[in-house]
Amino acid sequence: MNVSFLRCALSVSLLALSGAALLPACSPTDKTPADAAEQLPFIGEREVKPRADGGPADTVYATIPDFRLTNQDGQVITNQTFAGKVYVTDFFFATCPSICPKMQSELLRVYTKFKGDPRVLFLSHTIDPAHDSIPVLRDYAQRLGIPDASRWHFATASHDTIFALARTYMTAAQVDKGVAGGFAHSGAFALVDPQRRIRGVYDGMNPLEVQRLLDDLPVLLREVEREQKAAK
Amino acid sequence: MRGRPLLLACAGLLGAALGVSGCFTERQNESAKLYATHCANCHGARGEGLQRLIPPLARADYLVKNRARLACVLRKGLTGPVVVNGVEFNQVMPAADAHLTDSQITNLLNFIQTSWGNQGEVLTIREVEAQLEGCGVIPDGH
Repeated sequence: MNVSFLRCALSVSLLALSGAALLPACSPTDKTPADAAEQLPFIGEREVKPRADGGPADTVYATIPDFRLTNQDGQVITNQTFAGKVYVTDFFFATCPSICPKMQSELLRVYTKFKGDPRVLFLSHTIDPAHDSIPVLRDYAQRLGIPDASRWHFATASHDTIFALARTYMTAAQVDKGVAGGFAHSGAFALVDPQRRIRGVYDGMNPLEVQRLLDDLPVLLREVEREQKAAK
Repeated sequence: MRGRPLLLACAGLLGAALGVSGCFTERQNESAKLYATHCANCHGARGEGLQRLIPPLARADYLVKNRARLACVLRKGLTGPVVVNGVEFNQVMPAADAHLTDSQITNLLNFIQTSWGNQGEVLTIREVEAQLEGCGVIPDGH
């Protein structure tokens, strides 16, 4: 009995020990900022185009198509508004009772962190353009603590334009009368580079995923810096 | 023959060691779980609210001033402007309707009344039931 009990106690403690040994593996590995070659992946479809001269084929990554939206200040914004910048985008609506407040408070966290860095912009699209007029968007933005559209655009367009864009930004959004608020949508954030390519998609409802975005942003900014230097 | 019961005892001990905290806190955490499921996305994990969009629940004067109708606020929701701690908010709060039972509403209210520095007077289920009976006539802002 005693021996068996000891064995039992031993196995319990061994289990505890192995748990402790596993713990370090759970903590995120330290990123080395010195690693200049570190690069974010390209998200979405890609196309390999053979070259006419028989040289190595070019890989063409999916890009965000041309768009034309209106922001909370009533200004027209297009891809040109984001030229040379990286931006983070999401889809929301002002009266959204389910995931939006949490999602927008997470995006606000990212905004606050990069407030002083004009290379990073933010773009929130309303998926309820019928209700979210420009004054509604302006009121929403100001209540969130965003005084104007210089860094964070709250944008609207026709229903079809917005929903087509949502797909290209990897966000699922659809009209669903069965859910609270009337729209079903995912709380995804997409990170877009100056060449309009998506470099990360994050669940805006999950603080750990948002932390990943916070970690990825400087990596992308360093890449942009390298490319801009090389182009000079 | 001798090994099996011991093995079971061993497994039992292990199970007890792993599960003991879970067993005791299950009921106690029910209201916290209700809050996390139904309220936290908007009002925040610690009742902090969101800027001027969503009112806070932590140390909110609204809870004290409107104690007599809090159950109806949960069941029927809110529309139109409300002032909390001197700040005006104007968002739609969805109605819980049949999603929450009378006792769940009681649980939730008492969790809110006693969390994050709140020291509100708790409500009995009778009080909540009495409030809910009067809800049918609550103005909903339309």
